[in-house]
Formats: sequence, structure tokens, C-alpha cells
Amino acid sequence: MKDIADLLRHHPFAEGLDEDTMALIAGCARNVVRQPGDYFFREGAAADSFYLVRHGAVALEAFVPGRGTFTFLTVKTGEILGADWLIPPYRSSFDARAIELTRAISFDGKCLRDKCEADPRVGYEMMKRFIPPLLKRLQSARMQALGMYDAANA
Amino acid sequence: MPQTLKACATLPHPMAPIMTPVTRFIRESEEVFTFDLAPERAAPFTPGQFNMLYAFGVGEIPISISGDSQAPERLTHTIRAVGPVSAALGKLKAGDRVGLRGPFGVGWPIEEYKGLDVLLIAGGIGLAPLRPVIYWLLRHRAAYGRVGVLYGARTPDDLIFRGELEEWRRTPDFQLRVAVERAGPEWTGDVGYVTPLLSKLRFDPADTVAMICGPEVMFRATALALEDAGIADSRIFVSMERNMKCAIGHCGHCQFGPHFICKDGPVHPYDRVRNLLSYREL
Repeated sequence: MKDIADLLRHHPFAEGLDEDTMALIAGCARNVVRQPGDYFFREGAAADSFYLVRHGAVALEAFVPGRGTFTFLTVKTGEILGADWLIPPYRSSFDARAIELTRAISFDGKCLRDKCEADPRVGYEMMKRFIPPLLKRLQSARMQALGMYDAANA
Repeated sequence: MPQTLKACATLPHPMAPIMTPVTRFIRESEEVFTFDLAPERAAPFTPGQFNMLYAFGVGEIPISISGDSQAPERLTHTIRAVGPVSAALGKLKAGDRVGLRGPFGVGWPIEEYKGLDVLLIAGGIGLAPLRPVIYWLLRHRAAYGRVGVLYGARTPDDLIFRGELEEWRRTPDFQLRVAVERAGPEWTGDVGYVTPLLSKLRFDPADTVAMICGPEVMFRATALALEDAGIADSRIFVSMERNMKCAIGHCGHCQFGPHFICKDGPVHPYDRVRNLLSYREL
């Protein structure tokens, strides 16, 4: 049976991570499975975890009164789920719902923050892995906000 | 003879519309519709070329051909109702007539890149000018390497060619990813901006040609992402839209730097236009 470090090693997030750091952060991790319709976290709840999606798909959703629930992003195999654990007040800002059977590595946010505080080198490794996807999502959100498909005919 | 004039050689005069009947009308979404025209004589075209469609008493607009280039006896156009002319065209029904001029312009260089992987990236109504390329690739599948299509739209309700999207999704050796900007809980596909899905497609950057059609803000970002992925800018092609009027490079309405979009395009190699795209007044 694969241990959590083995699972972590096969996720793109851990690419280039040295074995010591891998083992250190694996101490904060566990394997989780969500069935379709199950939530990873809910808006307003404590953001005490983040996830590396090993396999599956998760819809990030917001409820708009009078209009219903909208998905604004899907997170799929090989991607990171959850960033609110990084900054106070550590509160989830949207819902995350599995839309298919999803397997993920779950990290205890406080455990990982403590290890990053204790060893800034680990913190820097984590930052290098979090900033690029978050920046890409910010850029994508900007493009979505522009309503670019409202243009005229092609 | 310039390609534009060659393309119009079958017309009595490239500025004279020919009355052409509508034979089929399909509502694709709330704003988008498709209709077939039956020209008197087959009108061969290259995928990516456009026709000028005239709604009598209202005006004339350029519309890319969205049908099969190997069945030119039927000219298919897919249009989004955004102005008075396109709205008038949206009220047509089978048996009505429109004025038709064309085909015009330079299309996608699909025949020149046999043997390569092909990526098509479409945003919104931009899937329409790329559909003839998809038909071509499906008919000549063995002549090309891997094929990938990315298609982005506002919402699931705004997707066009839905039946064919399902067919293409089931087609072996044909990668299709569709992303919408927002969706209800019933949508289980991708949600988000379309370009990041590039990383989900399999292709060899050194042997790939990419064709992009969509809003300019989208294709600028997409072209950069393709370059970042290792595709040469000379093998990235974009279909551009400007205020085309005469369609034969005489009136100058669609001038873009030293180029006329109507006769030098609408499809341009990205390395020809990339620097011009940074000039906001063009």
C-alpha cells in the first residue's frame, strides 16, 4: 500500500521537492475521498485544510440569492484546492463540491503553517508552489470578469 | 491574380450581391443562429473565408462560413445577433432570400500543415469559423498528428453546435475540452478561462500548428500561452475582425497597419500582426 509520501511524490505540486521536505510536509497530510456531491469545504467555515487533487473534479461554487448556485471554476486532477488556509482569518470564501469521485491529499493548514514558520526554507518551497497557480487563477478571473465573449461576430 | 479576386471569379462582379435562398434555419442559442444558403452555383471556399451577407433594406455584414468546405453547394453561416443587420438576418426563415457576395479573404492554412499536430482554440462565436477546419480534419484525419480543440463560452446555454460537440467528444483520437465562464450545479464540465486548459491537451510543440478564433483580448492571451508552450509564432494563426465593407481591399475600412483584414486576412499568421496588436488606435 502506498503511504502518503508516495502519493505526494506523484502529484505535480511536489515536483522537484527534496525528500526531506517531502517527508516533513507529509506529516501534515492524509488521504481523503469524496463522493460526487460531497463538499470539501463550505463558504464561511474554518479554512483549516487544503487539498491536492489526485484524481477527480471539484466545482468551486457561490450561491447568489434569487439566482441560485453558480460554479465559477473547476479544479481537476493534478491541481490545488483551497487557499484560504494561508491567510487570517482562515475562513473559506466559497463552497467546494466534488462533481465526480475525487481522491485528494488533505493537508492540515495549521500544521503546515507551523512548519513553514519554523523553517523558512520550507515556507519558500511552499510559496513557489502556491503562487503560480494562484496567479494563473487571478489572471483567468480577470479575463472572465472582462466578459470577453460578449464581442461581436467572428 | 490575387487570391481574393480568384475567389470571386465566379461572381458577375465582386460588389454585386446575388439573391440567394435560405434553405434551413437553426437556433443555436438565445443569440446565435445558423442558416444554410443554396447558391445558384457551388461556391468553393477555404475554411476561414467569409461572405458578405446583405439583409435587404438594413445593411450588409461580413460573416465567416461555418459549414463544410467540401460541400460548397450549401453555404452555412453562424451568426450572433448583436446589431441591426445580424438581428434582421436572425428573423429569416427557410425560403427567404439574402444578398450574397463572396467568398472573400485568406482562410486557415490547414492544407499546408499536413503531418503536424493541430490545435484549435475558439472563444464564443469563434467556433463557427473554425468548424470548417474541424470538418476538414475529420475527413483527412490520417494526414495529421494529434488534434486538440479548446472551446470557451460564457455559459452552457451559450454553447453552439451542441450536437456536434457531443459527437466530437466521442470521436477517437480527437481531444476536445469545453470551458464555460460560469455554470449552474448541473454542469459537470470545465468552468474557468479556456486557455489554461491547454495544459490538458497532448501535442508536440515543435510540430504543432495552432489556430485561434475569438475575441482579440482572448487570442492575444492565448497566443502568448501557445508561445510559452513552445509553439513557434509563425505557426500560430489568428482570425481577425475589423470593419469590413467592400471585402476586396478597395474601401480601406478594415485597414490594419499595412494590411487589409478583408483581403490579407481575416486569417493572419500571428508573427505578422503581433506588434500591431499593441497599437490601440488601429
